[in-house]
Amino acid sequence: MIELRGLTRHFHVGDQTVHALRAVSLAVPDGDYLALMGPSGSGKSTLLHILGCLDRPTSGSYVLDGHEVGSLPEGELAEIRSRKIGFVFQFFHLVPRLTAAGNVELPMILAGIRPGERRARAAKALAAVGLTDRASHRPDQLSGGQRQRVAIARATVMGPSILLADEPTGNLDRASGREIIELIERMNRDGLTVVVVTHDPEIGGRARRILKLVDGRIASDGGPS
Amino acid sequence: MRAIDLTRLALGAVAGHRLRSALTMLGIAIGIASVILLTSIGEGIRLYVLSEFTQFGTNIIAVNPGKSDTTGGNPTAMAGTIRKLTIEDAEALRRIPQVEASMPVAFGNARVEHGERGRSVLIYGVTADVPRVWRFGVRHGRFLPEGDPRHGSPLVVLGIKLKREVFGEDNALGERVRIGGRPFRVIGVMEPKGQFLNLDLDDTAFVPVAEAMSLFNRDDLIEIDVAFRSAAARDQVVADVRRILQDRHQGEEDFTITTQESMLSTLDRIIGVVTKAVGAIGGISLVVGAIGILTMMWISVNESTAEIGLLRALGARRGQVLAFFLLQAALLATAGGALGVFAGIGIARTLKVVLPRLPVNTPLHYVFAALILSFVVGLLSGALPARRAAGLDPVEALRAE
Repeated sequence: MIELRGLTRHFHVGDQTVHALRAVSLAVPDGDYLALMGPSGSGKSTLLHILGCLDRPTSGSYVLDGHEVGSLPEGELAEIRSRKIGFVFQFFHLVPRLTAAGNVELPMILAGIRPGERRARAAKALAAVGLTDRASHRPDQLSGGQRQRVAIARATVMGPSILLADEPTGNLDRASGREIIELIERMNRDGLTVVVVTHDPEIGGRARRILKLVDGRIASDGGPS
Repeated sequence: MRAIDLTRLALGAVAGHRLRSALTMLGIAIGIASVILLTSIGEGIRLYVLSEFTQFGTNIIAVNPGKSDTTGGNPTAMAGTIRKLTIEDAEALRRIPQVEASMPVAFGNARVEHGERGRSVLIYGVTADVPRVWRFGVRHGRFLPEGDPRHGSPLVVLGIKLKREVFGEDNALGERVRIGGRPFRVIGVMEPKGQFLNLDLDDTAFVPVAEAMSLFNRDDLIEIDVAFRSAAARDQVVADVRRILQDRHQGEEDFTITTQESMLSTLDRIIGVVTKAVGAIGGISLVVGAIGILTMMWISVNESTAEIGLLRALGARRGQVLAFFLLQAALLATAGGALGVFAGIGIARTLKVVLPRLPVNTPLHYVFAALILSFVVGLLSGALPARRAAGLDPVEALRAE
């Protein structure tokens, strides 16, 4: 369960202050499927980064599963990112020198999980995204859609409760994009909370709930029209 | 994160840029190789010099006329007087307890002739104590007989090279030679002893000290060598030698006592300083190698910015990112160091083959020290780039392409 109350985020650029988020209040229940939409510079990515504990709010409160996390020290935020949150990026962010399985093992390596368990869990995660036969391929030997599926396997292998996807189909053709979004929706049906940042009305329209941001404020919040 | 996984990740990152990593390693390798090579030569020279000096034994004191240290007030005419060292002085020192032998020494150059053949060599005037004091062995015949050193007899013991030059393969024992025009009878030939500081100890002849003094027309000694029984007695023997000679020289200390140990420790110290200085010169190339690693790691951090952002998003702490880059630098440097150790030892071995007279020695602890040094160099040169990597804002880092 995500609860934001009066959340703001300022950036200082030169001697100017940019208000990326202004008094955002929001509740995302477990298992929700939320699309974050809005024009460039509206604060979507900033909100996603704060939800993912990569960034901290300037003021306001962020309660995750009943605990205030907005002001936690960096070490504890890293722990939350490791255990509770999975990220999927527009440009995949796979490590080019590692195989698909190696990329999926990465968060488990950082968490100190032993090799035997790592391999078993990576194989299971790759099977869940339909890439068992590509486990030993490097990213440059995979198609765009396959790369994003590896990224989804990596994002979910630690068993997070929240999946944060930043334009997950933005770098894919329509067919691959549809496959990826269907994969994410399947995981949502299995109980994963999903927040997708997208420009694409078709992708956004598939979400259970659409949050439109304009100038750092919530302009609308509701089901797809 | 487990240490072994961190090491594998770092190794993977280093191996990901083969050429770049190899060139960076080469910088450290050259530095370590030059340090190893130069210190090996220094250590080889040290061992060579020490073995040269200890071949005469270590329980030995040399007394020479004249004082090399300046003590007391202004030198007066009286204080400036240097009495000569005499055979009587040497005889007096023989009576010190613990002293095994006290040998008067005089030497000079003279021509040794036999029949048509002749050769100018160094002639030592000594006593029967040479085998004991200098640890010289006799191969054929015997050494000079015991007896009163004040009275010589025309006997000579030849160095083995001199014997071969003058007699060839013929028997020399009992034969007559002329030394400086005077007849001497050969009673022995020495074992080979080799060279000492470029002085060929086999191309020489030993005659009774009184004969040498008369041959070279002098009434004093060049040196008295005192051999004593145990190293523990050294200080007492030195004190006794000083007291007795001062008594005999009207209270003046107009002689210099050199113990083998003081000479060795002085030499050891000098060569040690030279070795360190030379090693430090090699160290300059190591510094250049370290700057190479720093540059490479800085570039690597810049190139890996997006990957650093990803690691942070996947739950990596700042400390883990720091360790990841520090370890890369340390691995590069240690691998380069290992390469340098092999190259250094290889060049040292080759030098030994090409220049057999060049003393080269690489002690094992130098090898370990070099490897530890290169690891530390890696950590130091990786510190700045790793700190930068760990300090990156993950959101900014993820935006990098």
